[in-house]
Amino acid sequence: MLHTSTTPVKTKIAVKDLNFYYGKFHALKGINLEIPENKVTAFIGPSGCGKSTLLRIFNRMFELYPEQRAEGEILLDGENLLTSKEDVALLRAKVGMVFQKPTPFPMSIFDNIAFGVKLFESLNATDMEERVEWALRKSALWTEVKDKLHQSGSSLSGGQQQRLCIARGIAIKPEVLLLDEPCSALDPISTAKVEELIVELKSDYTVVIVTHNMQQAARCSDFTAYMYLGDLVEFGATEQMFFKPTRKETEDYITGRFG
Amino acid sequence: MADKHLSTQFDSELTTVSSQVMELGGLVESQIRRAIYALSQFSVEVANEVTANEVRVNAMEVEIDRDLSSIIARRQPTARDLRLLIAISKTTANLERVGDEAEKIARMVLSIIQSGSPRSLPSLELRVAADLASGLLNKALDAFARLDVTAAVAILKEDNLIDAEFDGFVRKLITYMMEDPRMISPSLDLLFLAKAIERIGDHAKNIAEFIIYVVKGEDVRHTTMEQIESVIK
Repeated sequence: MLHTSTTPVKTKIAVKDLNFYYGKFHALKGINLEIPENKVTAFIGPSGCGKSTLLRIFNRMFELYPEQRAEGEILLDGENLLTSKEDVALLRAKVGMVFQKPTPFPMSIFDNIAFGVKLFESLNATDMEERVEWALRKSALWTEVKDKLHQSGSSLSGGQQQRLCIARGIAIKPEVLLLDEPCSALDPISTAKVEELIVELKSDYTVVIVTHNMQQAARCSDFTAYMYLGDLVEFGATEQMFFKPTRKETEDYITGRFG
Repeated sequence: MADKHLSTQFDSELTTVSSQVMELGGLVESQIRRAIYALSQFSVEVANEVTANEVRVNAMEVEIDRDLSSIIARRQPTARDLRLLIAISKTTANLERVGDEAEKIARMVLSIIQSGSPRSLPSLELRVAADLASGLLNKALDAFARLDVTAAVAILKEDNLIDAEFDGFVRKLITYMMEDPRMISPSLDLLFLAKAIERIGDHAKNIAEFIIYVVKGEDVRHTTMEQIESVIK
């Protein structure tokens, strides 16, 4: 019989009847989903299925574009973040994001991390140094950069830059970390380090990752959502999804029969 | 496989390894039939032929395992594909064991012949169990080729018949030995031989369980018939 976890998990983000439009295009269709706290949840699906769109709604990234709109509810700890009057910058401090391509700021490694912290907290020099070291250790970059903290962030390798972005993301101590294909530009060794980090991070954060690499979802997530053409086809424990998915569409996709 | 992968190469690898298992199954089936024929005719020649063929069975097992490892390393199969490959691996191991049992039967036949008085032994009594066992293996392979869950369940039920035949045979053999203690030594050979036939039924049953595993994704080993029937509904 299949092993299923019986420990109850707390929901961090509850998505209810979510519809999303790019102008007239209906990109997400009635999504209902509960993302558990302190777990890694992966979104998989072919290009254009809406997985990145969904991820970007979680920190209201879409509001940058006037023609995009979301209907429905996204409850972060019970509060609907779509209608919240909360400053979007404060929301993004709680819900951090790391993008597909490493995006270090054109400043030193140290300042890359301190920059975001300064927006939300006023730390003295010692506390700031501690925070930067903590974030770099947490993102498994410290030993590689501790002697060159004042060199430019862009002097690092691609994999190191991505871990720097993750360090920057966690330095402000968010509650949720959104990762949008964080390894797609990385070599296998850097990928392995980032995946290791993802598993490590879930003890403190709720992690949501969008990935094209199904084996990556299988390796580092606890729950997997399969999306197709704006629909959530199936959501379940990763082990179940990769061993015995309930829906034929999911099975066809993960076994490479899709198309 | 009804549904095709995007990678036709993957499809052809799966087809190849599946047909290798069927080929191994065919070879093993013929080994059993020949071994049982050797028993019914007390033929040294046929028994020797069975023992000689055992190396082919072993070589095919090694070849299938090598191909399976290669597919798993290169394709990282998931879901139904993963279950199929695990089932093929386990089925291959079971078939190789059936090959060992056929060889064991052949060796026992040779030993009984050497004992001098084979025809006074109740070996014909084993005919029913032997036919049941080889028939069951045949059905198991057929059901595996078609991934037929209904046939698999029927096989699980039928294995009990072989077990009953075996128990009945052991009782007869004990009576026989008590009547003529000089026949104890060749009778023990016959007992080992009967046990080998009974084991063939068990291997057929294992293969039937793997079919349910592939199709339904449920491991029904060491469960009851009620549990199995609830799984396949």
